[in-house]
Amino acid sequence: MNWLQNLPDYLVLGLTRGSMYALVALGYTLVYGVLQLINFAHSEVFMAGAFGSYLVVSQLAPGEHGFLGASMIVLAGLLTGAIVSALIAWTLELVAYKPLRQRGAPKLAFLISAIGMSFFLVQLFGKLFNRFSGNPFPENYLDKNAPVLELGGVTVTRIQVIIIVAALLTMILLDRIVNGTKLGRSIRAVAEDAPTAALMGINIDRTISRTFLIGGALAGVAGFLFGQAFGFGNTMGFDQGVKAFAAAVLGGIGNLRGAMMGGLLLGIVEAIVPPLPFIGIEWTDVVAFVVLVAILVFRPTGLLGEKLGRAA
Amino acid sequence: MSLLEVDDIEVRYGAIRALKGVSFHVEEGEVVALLGANGAGKTTTQKTVSGMMRPSLGEIRFDGERIDGVPAHTLIHKGICHVPEGRRVFPRMSVLENLEMGAFRFKTHDEAVLDRVFELFPRLKERVKQLGGTLSGGEQQMLAIGRALMGKPRLLLLDEPSMGLAPLVVQQIFEIIREINDDGVTVLVVEQNATQALGLADRGYVLETGEVVLSGTGAELLADDRIRAAYLGEEIAH
Repeated sequence: MNWLQNLPDYLVLGLTRGSMYALVALGYTLVYGVLQLINFAHSEVFMAGAFGSYLVVSQLAPGEHGFLGASMIVLAGLLTGAIVSALIAWTLELVAYKPLRQRGAPKLAFLISAIGMSFFLVQLFGKLFNRFSGNPFPENYLDKNAPVLELGGVTVTRIQVIIIVAALLTMILLDRIVNGTKLGRSIRAVAEDAPTAALMGINIDRTISRTFLIGGALAGVAGFLFGQAFGFGNTMGFDQGVKAFAAAVLGGIGNLRGAMMGGLLLGIVEAIVPPLPFIGIEWTDVVAFVVLVAILVFRPTGLLGEKLGRAA
Repeated sequence: MSLLEVDDIEVRYGAIRALKGVSFHVEEGEVVALLGANGAGKTTTQKTVSGMMRPSLGEIRFDGERIDGVPAHTLIHKGICHVPEGRRVFPRMSVLENLEMGAFRFKTHDEAVLDRVFELFPRLKERVKQLGGTLSGGEQQMLAIGRALMGKPRLLLLDEPSMGLAPLVVQQIFEIIREINDDGVTVLVVEQNATQALGLADRGYVLETGEVVLSGTGAELLADDRIRAAYLGEEIAH
């Protein structure tokens, strides 16, 4: 059967897509943790990272590059993506959420503010950078579809290796920050119990800002990877954002490991299920959301989600 | 000069005045109890001292310095550590992580203080790796007090340490509060359990609907007919 023969290829594809979902999903889940708010403008933070890294990579790429040079360009792309998105996310929090928080606005106001910022950013990037968005990322320096590994008929291309490795390293770094630094400890404390965290000497506002910075940086890394692999444009965020949000919910919103797992799972399901002979790839999105709904029916809090309630 | 001076503070929740001009003082080294029924304003008073709430009128001075309106995360640096109502341990952090959170204001926690906490609460040492949310009520109370001690308090605020605990555990907790006070920590304790609190306290204040209606030494208040009728009588009836 064709499907079975191709399964390893589908898995690699799924892992590639899934790692990008996971990076973006982490941003939703981090912010949800500290604010109990879905930052619907996060998809645009991701988009901004692709634009930011394009501007740098397209400057650096022309000419001949060896392996080291090309790696440096990739690194530069990842870093600019992370920095641009982190700054956008930080600004977003400062102008769209913090004022509402200080006035004690209801949750619905945050939601409207988030949607408004999302539209604003899509339009802004369209106006400012539309002349680029038809362009592809430079590819010559990378030769992105060159095979790196060929194992029993599975071909893993360069760009796939870059995506998986970069995502993995970024997530390891995040784990180190969250579990091994005071900043991480303060984020966890605010997520668990903000008023008590303040009693320990944690500045809640500052912790929230920094959470947006971190979540933004993760989305920016994904923005560069996605842009380099599939292209970019000012409306690229919506589709990825909805999927990544779904992944975060699937894993259990607020739970970091859950977001990683949810992202990978969603990517793999999307890659392996639709090519089945009786389904068809035009059903990809339907399959993804059927799986999401099915899991939530049985585990309403997501895979790793737990009932958030204080033990007495 | 008193360590803590609360001078005619008024605190509002919207249109409701929860505190209507409360004044009291706590001297260095004392244990002072705030007594009163539910809704009398004890917790609000403590929250205002620790910076969780802002008074609309009045002044609070700590060590002679104005602290009313200073946010909680800054106040802890002056050595005011608050064990809030309901203990509020971090449920998904281990016992050790919870204790380390208490020392968040320092670069690293002080091993000597940690040893002292384990000496006061050997139970916590047995359970260092257990998650806060899985502890029993009494253990959570111990953890919450231990966590506050990690911040090296000059003034320790305790909000209903006896709440929901078995009498034997309550006794144990109050003995430990005595030891903490002997270590030189000034204590302001909010309690509904008047007998226990007054047995421990040097002085006490009785709050009723947001006002101080009675004050005196622990012994005086224990002997006061009004206290006996209002609080101790209630307890005997249980």
